[in-house]
Amino acid sequence: MESIKDKIAIVGMGCTRFGERWDMGVEDLLVEAAYEAFQDAGIEPKAIQAAWIGTVFSGMSAMTLAPLGLQYIPITRVENMCATGSEALRAASYAVAAGVCDIALAIGVEKLKDSGQTGVKGPAIVGDNPDGSSAIGSGYSAPASFAYLGTRYFSHYNIDRDAGKRLLAEIAVKNHYNGSLNPKAHFHNILTVEQVVKAPIVAWPLGLFDCCGVSDGAAAAIVTRADMAKNFRSDPIYIKGLAISAGARQGSMRQDYDYVHVDENVRAAQQVYAEAGIKDPRKEISCAEVHDCFTAHELIVYEDLGFSSRGGAREDIEAGTFTLKGEIPVNPDGGLKCFGHPLGASGLRMMYEVYLQLQGKAGPRQVKNPRLGMTHNLGGNAGAGIGCCVVVGNEKG
Amino acid sequence: MAGITSICAYIPRYRLSLEEIGRMWQTRGGAGEKAIAGYDEDAVTMAVAASLACMKRSGGDVDSLYLATVTAPYKEKQSAAFVAGAADLYKTCHTADFTNTLRAGTTAVKAAVDAVKSGSARQVLVVASDCRMGAPKGKFEQLLGDGAAAVMIGSDNVIANIEGTHSIFSDFTDLWRTEKDTFIQSGEGRFIDEAGYMPVMKEVITELMEKYSLTSGDFTKIVFYAPDSRAHANLAKTIGFSKDQVQDPLFGQIGNTGTAAAMIMLAAALEEATPGDRILFAGYGDGADVFILRVTDSISRIKSAPSMKSMLKKGVPVDYGRYLIWRNLVPVEPSGLPERAEPSLAARWRERKTIRALYGAKCRKCGTPQIHPIGQISRVCVTCQTKDDFEDYKFSDKTGRLFTYAIDQLQPTLNPPGLNGVIDFDGGGRLICELTDYDLSKVDTGMPVDMTFRKLSQGKGIINYFWKAKPI
Repeated sequence: MESIKDKIAIVGMGCTRFGERWDMGVEDLLVEAAYEAFQDAGIEPKAIQAAWIGTVFSGMSAMTLAPLGLQYIPITRVENMCATGSEALRAASYAVAAGVCDIALAIGVEKLKDSGQTGVKGPAIVGDNPDGSSAIGSGYSAPASFAYLGTRYFSHYNIDRDAGKRLLAEIAVKNHYNGSLNPKAHFHNILTVEQVVKAPIVAWPLGLFDCCGVSDGAAAAIVTRADMAKNFRSDPIYIKGLAISAGARQGSMRQDYDYVHVDENVRAAQQVYAEAGIKDPRKEISCAEVHDCFTAHELIVYEDLGFSSRGGAREDIEAGTFTLKGEIPVNPDGGLKCFGHPLGASGLRMMYEVYLQLQGKAGPRQVKNPRLGMTHNLGGNAGAGIGCCVVVGNEKG
Repeated sequence: MAGITSICAYIPRYRLSLEEIGRMWQTRGGAGEKAIAGYDEDAVTMAVAASLACMKRSGGDVDSLYLATVTAPYKEKQSAAFVAGAADLYKTCHTADFTNTLRAGTTAVKAAVDAVKSGSARQVLVVASDCRMGAPKGKFEQLLGDGAAAVMIGSDNVIANIEGTHSIFSDFTDLWRTEKDTFIQSGEGRFIDEAGYMPVMKEVITELMEKYSLTSGDFTKIVFYAPDSRAHANLAKTIGFSKDQVQDPLFGQIGNTGTAAAMIMLAAALEEATPGDRILFAGYGDGADVFILRVTDSISRIKSAPSMKSMLKKGVPVDYGRYLIWRNLVPVEPSGLPERAEPSLAARWRERKTIRALYGAKCRKCGTPQIHPIGQISRVCVTCQTKDDFEDYKFSDKTGRLFTYAIDQLQPTLNPPGLNGVIDFDGGGRLICELTDYDLSKVDTGMPVDMTFRKLSQGKGIINYFWKAKPI
């Protein structure tokens, strides 16, 4: 199997401010993100030869992208739950790598706040609704499905409830600090561990500040052949690997799944490292944007992606390993915690940050000497999900 | 000869104290409490619980199931079929609803005795279950409780033979509820007692004793329905039974449980009975049915759990506000989350095996028991990917342990917060499902659970019954 490593470059990106965008509809968000990307790449919209639009709830078919007025090019809507934005990037990259087009647009959007609801129930997984069309699935909220990881992690590693809550709180505190430095983030408030621990419980052990928000946003990337990249800019970013791993519900049906890791994350990470030629992710990855929909998930993601040893995340969190100044900064832009989670946009929003970091343009959030960056999403639930990892670098190998 | 082969009551775990009702309405509440069904229970789910416990006590196949209730969840649609399905009875089991009168319980017992005697049935499960409501602030709110009891009628391994019966009918309007009524209506209390209940019961019992040449002294125990404690005591006295012959009606502990009341009392009486005891058992409503029971040596078989005593001891107090919400008597702010979708009838039919008796599948090749969290049929093994090579595997009768859980404040439920968990079944298989009847302060990983048939969502369209895990 051939690797995609160094065949594709990202030459332009755009990202809206995320948040409660009462002022913007799906159309506005798409136009804003796309035109920032066009400008960043130095191209006109008519240069786009094919496009992939990722959204879960905010549109159907290629027509979701009609507002851009792209003229009769192939456009496809993709959807892969929370990995939808990354899926759009993956599709566009593969098309360029296949040689069927040279310049492609990957764009993701989600407008969640117009529904007037406070949470995202999740997309339909079968029949008409997430509990199955017979509606017998347990009608829990999204936080509850990730609370399972926290509850089990505490139990598995014998961490008492208070210490466990504080451990999760450290993750929220870190991400909120990073988000406070980011003008495009939804939330800019700095939190303390005490505030996080004392916040109202949403789904034990997750409190209000252990959960990411519901927001609106869009992000876009222009991808092209690596050998053409310098025609657009002096500092393109090169795709080193793209991986998706979809589970088959083993975790929710088999007793050998332990709920302190997510196989889909682990497999996607292993695949992407193999493709990118990464041997020691902790040493080689300069910064990572990971799927912190809930703090309990970021906790196990450190281990799933090989940044921490199994059971070692606690020690690493306490050592500040994942802070901006740490050994491997995670979620330097504030993560889903501060951007909220407009599902179709999130994967590309993550890539936007990694792109800025690798170009040295992340301002007060800038990590030191970046070389390789990574994004990671988990769609669905732990034990029944879609893991997705992308590794990019600022040098062509 | 036909007789009782097994019996078991089901008392829901929640209690509303009369003092709490009094506090709410600034009236004299009095002593005692009543059992109330949980937010996810109704006459059908309580009947399932009683039926399963009753069958577990006796073993043996059931070829007919009669459900007696005046609070069937549907006006048109059989409730007995729900119970038979959840109890996983053979499809040839004859099911029938007995309803519209509080006497439906004993009427069904009589029909069961006749069926067994005639040979048209070998063993009949009769289950009575009710969840009746009195209007807030009214006397019935204090009197009525929720509960169920199942009694099995057969001819082998009989724990109490039925030596005689007598019935009369009486078109007497004491309690009624039309299609439009949420709450029970009634005539004036003294009129009901003096013109209705007392003369009818006195007549039927007197005639029975004459018919079989028995006197009150020939009975060890008398177990009978009454509207309340006062009428209960009065009747016993009027027909010449002494206090120690009278089975406690349990009104002060669980309230008047309607069609189930007399059978619950009978379950309690038989748990205390010894071989040779003669018991008079009577049901009332639009007439009366009365039976002479003679306890046999096999009575020791029903001494096993769950005993009435333990069920009565386990009551958990509920405040009046929660009671109002559980019964949909006050509108409450809906959850901010998207509403739970209405189930599809086609999907419920397709997934009926899982929904009714919690069937999953066991792979014939690798032996993995598995159940899909949303009830779909296994086509490809989750472990070895073998296609279409499964045998049915029932989970509803398995115990398990709570592997992990989440206490969910957002989940739309009448009893927030919701508790959801990952259940690992003993013998294999895992299911993510809701939990019920839990004490949040005691919930922990590793906690043993078993499965109980409950309502998943309420208040709109069809009733979505499914199984939940319950701490043991």
